[in-house]
Amino acid sequence: MQNQPNQPNIKSNRKLISLLVLGCLAMFGFGFALVPLYDVLCEKLGINGKTSNTASNYQAITVDKNRVVTVEFISQVSTGMPWKFEPQTKRLDVHPGELIHTTFLAQNLSNRLIVGQAIPSVSPGQGAAYFNKTECFCFNQQHLAAASRAELPLIFFVDPQLPESIHTLTLSYTLYDITDKQLASAIEQGAAK
Amino acid sequence: MSTLTQDQIAAHDEHHHGAPKGIMRWILTTNHKDIGTLYLWFSFIMFLTGGAMAMVIRAELFQPGLQLVEPNFFNQMTTVHGLIMVFGAVMPAFTGLANWLIPMMIGAPDMALPRMNNWSFWILPFAFTILLSSLFMEGGGPNFGWTFYAPLSTTYSPDSTALFVFSIHIMGISSIMGAINVIVTIVNLRAPGMTWMKLPLFVWTWLITAFLLIAVMPVLAGAVTMVLTDKFFGTSFFEAAGGGDPVMFQHIFWFFGHPEVYIMILPSFGIISAIVPAFSRKPLFGYASMVYATASIAILSFLVWAHHMFTTGMPVFAELFFMYCTMLIAVPTGVKVFNWVATMWRGSLSFETPMLFAVAFIILFTIGGFSGLMLAITPADFQYHDTYFVVAHFHYVLVTGAIFSIMAAAYYWLPKWTGHMYSERLGQWHFWCSVISVNVLFFPMHFLGLAGMPRRIPDYSIQFADVNQIVSIGGFAFGLSQLIFLVLVIKCIRGGEKAPAKPWEGSEGLEWTLPSPAPYHSFTTPPEVK
Repeated sequence: MQNQPNQPNIKSNRKLISLLVLGCLAMFGFGFALVPLYDVLCEKLGINGKTSNTASNYQAITVDKNRVVTVEFISQVSTGMPWKFEPQTKRLDVHPGELIHTTFLAQNLSNRLIVGQAIPSVSPGQGAAYFNKTECFCFNQQHLAAASRAELPLIFFVDPQLPESIHTLTLSYTLYDITDKQLASAIEQGAAK
Repeated sequence: MSTLTQDQIAAHDEHHHGAPKGIMRWILTTNHKDIGTLYLWFSFIMFLTGGAMAMVIRAELFQPGLQLVEPNFFNQMTTVHGLIMVFGAVMPAFTGLANWLIPMMIGAPDMALPRMNNWSFWILPFAFTILLSSLFMEGGGPNFGWTFYAPLSTTYSPDSTALFVFSIHIMGISSIMGAINVIVTIVNLRAPGMTWMKLPLFVWTWLITAFLLIAVMPVLAGAVTMVLTDKFFGTSFFEAAGGGDPVMFQHIFWFFGHPEVYIMILPSFGIISAIVPAFSRKPLFGYASMVYATASIAILSFLVWAHHMFTTGMPVFAELFFMYCTMLIAVPTGVKVFNWVATMWRGSLSFETPMLFAVAFIILFTIGGFSGLMLAITPADFQYHDTYFVVAHFHYVLVTGAIFSIMAAAYYWLPKWTGHMYSERLGQWHFWCSVISVNVLFFPMHFLGLAGMPRRIPDYSIQFADVNQIVSIGGFAFGLSQLIFLVLVIKCIRGGEKAPAKPWEGSEGLEWTLPSPAPYHSFTTPPEVK
């Protein structure tokens, strides 16, 4: 065996292999770390059009009467979900700082209970951080019994700090059917009891 | 052991001299040359399999309207064609070349981890059996494109997606093991005197490729795992309803995907850097700059992923950043192209088949590079995105780039592998048929894309009919041309003119100091490198 010149390398082989395997595992972890990293970066840089999931506080702020921002509302229902879901007002001209009240209309067209979850998104993305909701149906799930309808409230104000370059904010809601997921977790909880 | 005489050692070695016989030789082998051969044959079989799928695609697109296959099956063909060519043909071919050549080039007796080497090859056939079998299952195989964007791969994918995920896991494990083996071999088994800046460029480029593999294959494994749990276990990584984001899928995927395209081209650069000097009878121009250019391409490859996503609604700043970084890659790539041209400049050129493929590589890969630059321009990309222009671009860099370099390598080292010269006449036929048909196949795709024909569509409006017919004819001709190569290789293995140790007068490197065919065990005592 001593004829093989590479025998002394076994130790350094082992060391190098463990480093490389460690590198692989680290990169596998990094792949998953990208998920929270993505959310944090989007939030800090305000680039993904995601609005806050919690209600903002409206303190009396000076309303900028000289400026008018157009707010548009769009709604979509995910494929195959038997709901009707639309804004009652399609567009509004608002002054930054003004507290605005509007409603969306949701109607369950099927003959069973369906749980919906609305996901908001603001375009342009840079405007999302300045779009504040003090009350929104998207903070909660919407339970609609068979063939029933509901008016869903939205109260918001546009931050007067909104960059001058933005004249229009488009708020888009996509409604997802989460009945199955709700059922599954309800059954799980029941089983746990 | 130290009391053994030289004779005893020689007698001991005698037992291991030849290859064992029968099928078990291939299943149990830990020999780098055997494993290299297995990889290369496997890759060629996959090349023909993926090619057959491309033929289905081109046959369907020969005329507008739906003739031969259902749209869903068409989507499965484009998806599996891409997966097979990337993970089954190009990557295993490079690993096969690495196995055959790296130990011989650095004066090592074998790869550093021969048993792992056996395993990293033998899990591959299982991965591709799983992937291909999913095509025959209820609901069909993967139909979401090789990039498996969510929600296509989560909400809308067939049930067989789990099999797709597992096959990608296995392919990833195989590539990672191959990469670890290459790094350990190069770092620890170089012959005395083989300093870093004396390494052949194929070894250098593969070393850098191996690091890229280790950095990004685990990220791909993570991405497919997230798809798996989103689809089957109720997580919401990519589902907006549960707080996830489908655009994030594209970020994670392309963080893997962009370095991946360099994984498929860096070893090519090494091959071309071996062949061009050999047939120019001049040393390579700018060796050190080649090494640094390869390293800078590898580093930059981590900073450009979002140029695949310009149309997803990124902020302007990000679009500009990714645009400029992408354009920056043209600089080290340009260094390489100019170095090859400078190597040929005033050389004593001859044009045997390996050189023909190498020269075609330089010209056609550069065309692919230029269309890449066009795609890098953000505002222009909004027009080109998801059209046949993109298809033309990546087929120029992958077919006339990666595949042509693999062909060049096969011709260049076949005499060393088989001990026979291949038929130069057949080789010339293969080259000219390939190079003409491949341009008939892919060049008109640029125009289709600029005119607005979308990719991954089984039907198209009739103004694209004529050009698609030309493209399909080129496709069939290119597919058939590869059968010439198959015949040539089989003939070369069976017999032919006896190859000398160094069949190309201008070639350099330790592998040419070995007899042809290379003995089963080589460099059991390390050569001295001056």
